[in-house]
Amino acid sequence: MATFYELRCRECGKGYGNQPLSICDDCFSPLELDFDLDYARGRFTREAIAAGPASMWRYRALLPVADSYVPTTPAGFTPLMAAPRLAARIGARNLYLKNDAVCLPTLSFKDRVVAVALANAVSFGFDTVGCSSTGNLANAVAAGAARLGLKTYILVPSDLEPAKILNTQVYGATLVRIDGNYDHCNRLCSQIAERYNWGFVNVNLRPYYAEGSKTVGYEIAEQLGWRLPDNVVVPMAGGSLITKIRKAFKELVILGLVEDKPVKFFGAQATGCSPISTAVKAGADSIEPQRPNTIARSLAIGNPADGPHAIRVIRDSGGWAEDVSDIEIVSAIQELAETEGVFTETAGGVTTAVTARLYAHGRIHPDELTVSCITGNGLKTTDVLQGAYERHAAVRPRMTDFAAYLEERQAASLAASGAGAAYVG
Amino acid sequence: MSVKVLLPNAFQKHTNNVREIESTALNLPELVTEMESRFPALRQHLRGEDGQVRKFINFYVNEEDIRFLGNEKYAFQDGDEVLVIPSIAGG
Repeated sequence: MATFYELRCRECGKGYGNQPLSICDDCFSPLELDFDLDYARGRFTREAIAAGPASMWRYRALLPVADSYVPTTPAGFTPLMAAPRLAARIGARNLYLKNDAVCLPTLSFKDRVVAVALANAVSFGFDTVGCSSTGNLANAVAAGAARLGLKTYILVPSDLEPAKILNTQVYGATLVRIDGNYDHCNRLCSQIAERYNWGFVNVNLRPYYAEGSKTVGYEIAEQLGWRLPDNVVVPMAGGSLITKIRKAFKELVILGLVEDKPVKFFGAQATGCSPISTAVKAGADSIEPQRPNTIARSLAIGNPADGPHAIRVIRDSGGWAEDVSDIEIVSAIQELAETEGVFTETAGGVTTAVTARLYAHGRIHPDELTVSCITGNGLKTTDVLQGAYERHAAVRPRMTDFAAYLEERQAASLAASGAGAAYVG
Repeated sequence: MSVKVLLPNAFQKHTNNVREIESTALNLPELVTEMESRFPALRQHLRGEDGQVRKFINFYVNEEDIRFLGNEKYAFQDGDEVLVIPSIAGG
């Protein structure tokens, strides 16, 4: 290898060096980056990582970026938090959250993948970048491109949440609303990337982009004191993240940074867009595309590119996949916020609700060390909580009025619990 | 009756850089056979070892995934635009 990584076809093994390309021209399968792990062995050590920055760039020896690249955003290295109160609520005893609701700069795990994609966009000489997006990716590309001075074209489904649209436009990106769903945007992007000389992070830069997801896996292992968990619960849209966390764990084992152990991978989807979980539950190897219909728009990909690969990862690990309704998603968003102080978007609601179900169904043992991956921030999808909370009449700024308010509130609360007790009795 | 078929960049090595063809195929199996006879170099790449069209190749008719239209049973209509996309991108 001229560099320590290069493109290789996941199916037929043909090598392609490094270029903006995502499809094998022999068997038309996706390309993936193949790393020279022997070369990485001397550079990707616990000590070297500990001496690195408090961001995903501490793992750059296994990321596809040139040694000379100077990172422009401190993405990643988000908290891994014990979640005892949520655990008690759902019958778990050893539960952690990987909290990418606070990933910088745009509050979702997409900041990680975009950081790697844009580093390569610059090295390939693109002056214009773009993506098709369900929202989080749009935010991340817009912010990252602004910081690098790149022009942007971002295609989103026309029904995207207003906050995600605003959080893209504010960076000066050209946002193109498409009269269709994500899969329509995606297809159009594939055609645009063939026509214009632009770097589309999830089309021609996709192999580079996807490697950024590995940092979620590296961080989980490092933050657990360089060991692997028993289970990981991961939301699935295109299906890439779950496969990359597994790739990260495997690399860590090969390089001797963690002890080998079986890790089960669990995938989470919304029932209204569940092509991967449907396949896993049916024992199928391939994906039947669906027309998405769910409030979890950031997971609403009806024809997931990495679906077949995700199915294999889940099945080979002894894991499982589940999907949950929109009502369960909203309840889970509230439950996570109320128990752990983490406000996540709908995708995190999906992951939390699925995690609860996996314990309820006995697929995860309460004592096993389980990490639930929260991938985005709740401030982006506040529309799903519209009407969830009452707005009481304003209290006059006098102590007597406040005391009366408090009394009224306590009485109401007592009545509610009294009604509950009567019901239980 | 004819349909317009748009071919992706990844095919061009095997199609002498032809990007677009008109076809009189009545359905998807006929279209694949026609593509193979017109571009013999494409044949071995289009199908896997099992003789089936490779799973990563997607066909769309007028913006709709052909699998939503009945897949191999869908009868092409005059003027349909068929888009071939290998290995769709992802989120």
